[in-house]
Amino acid sequence: MSLNVEHDAARRALPSEKPLRLLDNAGHAVTGAATGGFSLPGTETLLDLYRKMVVARRFDVQVTALTKQGRLATYPSAYGQEACEIGAVSAITADDWLFPTYRESVALLTRGIDPGDILKSFRGDWHSGYDQRAHRTSTQTTPLATQALHAVGLAHAARLRHDPIVALTFMGDGATSEGDAHEAFNFAAVWQTPTVFIVQNNQFAISVPLSRQTHAATLADKAVGYGMPGFHVDGNDVAAVYAVTRAAVDRARAGGGPTLIEGLTYRIEAHTNSDDPTRYRHARDVEHWKRRDPIERLEKYLVSEGALTEATRSEITDAAEALATHTREVITAEAELDPLELFDHVYANPRAALLEQRARLEAELAEAAAESR
Amino acid sequence: MTATKTRSGGGAASAPTQLTMAGALNAALRDAMAEDDRVVVYGEDVGPLGGVFRVTDGLQQQFGDERIWDSPLAESGIVGTAIGMAIYGMRPVVEMQFDAFSYPAFEQIVSHVAKMRNRTKGRVSLPLVVRIPCAGAIGGVEHHSDSSESYWASTPGLTVVMPSNPADAYSMLREAIASDDPVIFMEPKSRYWAKAPLALPVTTAPMDRALVVREGSDVTLIGYGPTVRTALEAADAAVDEGLSVEVIDLRSLSPFDDETVSASVRKTSRAAVIHEAAQFGGFGAEVAARVTERNFYHLAAPVLRITGFDIPYPSPKLEEYHLPTADRVLAALASWEWDLS
Repeated sequence: MSLNVEHDAARRALPSEKPLRLLDNAGHAVTGAATGGFSLPGTETLLDLYRKMVVARRFDVQVTALTKQGRLATYPSAYGQEACEIGAVSAITADDWLFPTYRESVALLTRGIDPGDILKSFRGDWHSGYDQRAHRTSTQTTPLATQALHAVGLAHAARLRHDPIVALTFMGDGATSEGDAHEAFNFAAVWQTPTVFIVQNNQFAISVPLSRQTHAATLADKAVGYGMPGFHVDGNDVAAVYAVTRAAVDRARAGGGPTLIEGLTYRIEAHTNSDDPTRYRHARDVEHWKRRDPIERLEKYLVSEGALTEATRSEITDAAEALATHTREVITAEAELDPLELFDHVYANPRAALLEQRARLEAELAEAAAESR
Repeated sequence: MTATKTRSGGGAASAPTQLTMAGALNAALRDAMAEDDRVVVYGEDVGPLGGVFRVTDGLQQQFGDERIWDSPLAESGIVGTAIGMAIYGMRPVVEMQFDAFSYPAFEQIVSHVAKMRNRTKGRVSLPLVVRIPCAGAIGGVEHHSDSSESYWASTPGLTVVMPSNPADAYSMLREAIASDDPVIFMEPKSRYWAKAPLALPVTTAPMDRALVVREGSDVTLIGYGPTVRTALEAADAAVDEGLSVEVIDLRSLSPFDDETVSASVRKTSRAAVIHEAAQFGGFGAEVAARVTERNFYHLAAPVLRITGFDIPYPSPKLEEYHLPTADRVLAALASWEWDLS
């Protein structure tokens, strides 16, 4: 009997359950099968990634502090996930597009977006404070996995125009259960779009652990069913995240289609400031993951290689402090918001009914101003 | 592919020929694609098959599969990817095949299509069109005959239009594709085969305007899409009862043309709205409220709604009992207890 099915064992191979890694917890370069055939990026690149992670960590700590002071309505921290976000986003160029979720503030920082603009929506200002086109970075998306489809569509449009653009999109482990994640993976694979999916598996969707989210051995396994490569990567190893993402981006740019990359990591902070993680996590797990800190790991390696001098370390610390100061300043400053602008960005074509409502609010404001005089 | 922004007239007008609404929509897509290579068309079965209603018939043969193609069967994916394409500068026109099939795309339409411009403070508009064949009276099985217009019309950020005839179908679809705002373009299935003599290209009234399609002096009947025909039938029949009925084709549900509707109601002093969708919380409630708020002292009677029942759309053998008919319209008008002495 012949099933007469084209068999390609390599294409069907499941990602390794052991996450691919280039630097181990102690900061030693990994050799052999665990690297998945990827090579450690050069020292210049690693130093750059280290710098970005240290600055981002300082930013994240600062924003969490400001949130506790009531300066922000909410903030989803990326503490502990810097390697995943920064490793991935550093692998695309300024011409490529990024489609983030709400937890990608440090990825946005790495895109060169100003802290005040990144945090506008979290402080209750306009929903997206930065210029999407200028930064080639879409809005931070709250509905889960929906932005992955936008990334696929944009990548497809770029391909139709023969522009060598890659779209990188993030989602969390919980988001992979959403229908839109499936549709995005499937559309990307069928259309062979230059899209790279980064699943940041921080192991909890708010309070729900991964074991209640999926029965698959790894989230990267999901790639196989769509006919695209999947990689299960140590998400606290920035070298591995960068190298694998870079390979996926290069492959996508060359017309090789999409890739799904799972970065196995851990959210050290709460889901947001309104969450209580002690209800669903053990302190010993948090401690375990703190010992696998992505920054310390790379620092050990760079120091052992003699690549991180005290002068460089001090310069990076200064840059991080300067950014923290800038963040405090822009967040502490009162935002100047024009209520009448509420009506200005609903339609491109002016709509009579909205102009009437605008006039009504304008009259109310004028009346209130007159009364306060 | 190079982006062009030409909007020339589409060539010389042809001699009038009998054209169905499906044919007019097909011509509108063809002309829009020919004039602007940013316009791409995709959805389920729109390629070689030409769409289940043949609205995209022959387009893939003419424009190739990089301009019009069959997508995987997934409505959220269709709309979600169209958003990304629109961000990149395309003008996607996507098809939902049947009204109730659009529900998986509800989140993408409501949370992203409608809000992208707003949440980006005007920096990103989404010039895309979601074509939704809508409503019933075609003997379809369940999930093939819904009237979903209220969901879209009550969502700020969307423009929602519904043509009732071939000329408007052509003109309004061209305008929807050219619009910088996203448009939910609803196509009443029962009118796809309605014919009219047409010389294309045709430009009718702007799509945000309602039109008085029949003049009258006693009552204003407000319909849209499939119920414009019902309203006209009722108006014809009412003549025998000595009533002069004015009929308005709303054409656009959002925005709402208060001006045209109020002018008519002030003339006739009575109004009724007809739609296939359920009455409770339906679009007729919005019409009645708007008409009443603006014209209360000109009204001689409450605004009436003649609608489908508050039930899931019934099976084909029972749909005739559900759909608003000209007889039901006349019975509703009679409930005002006219004094014709």
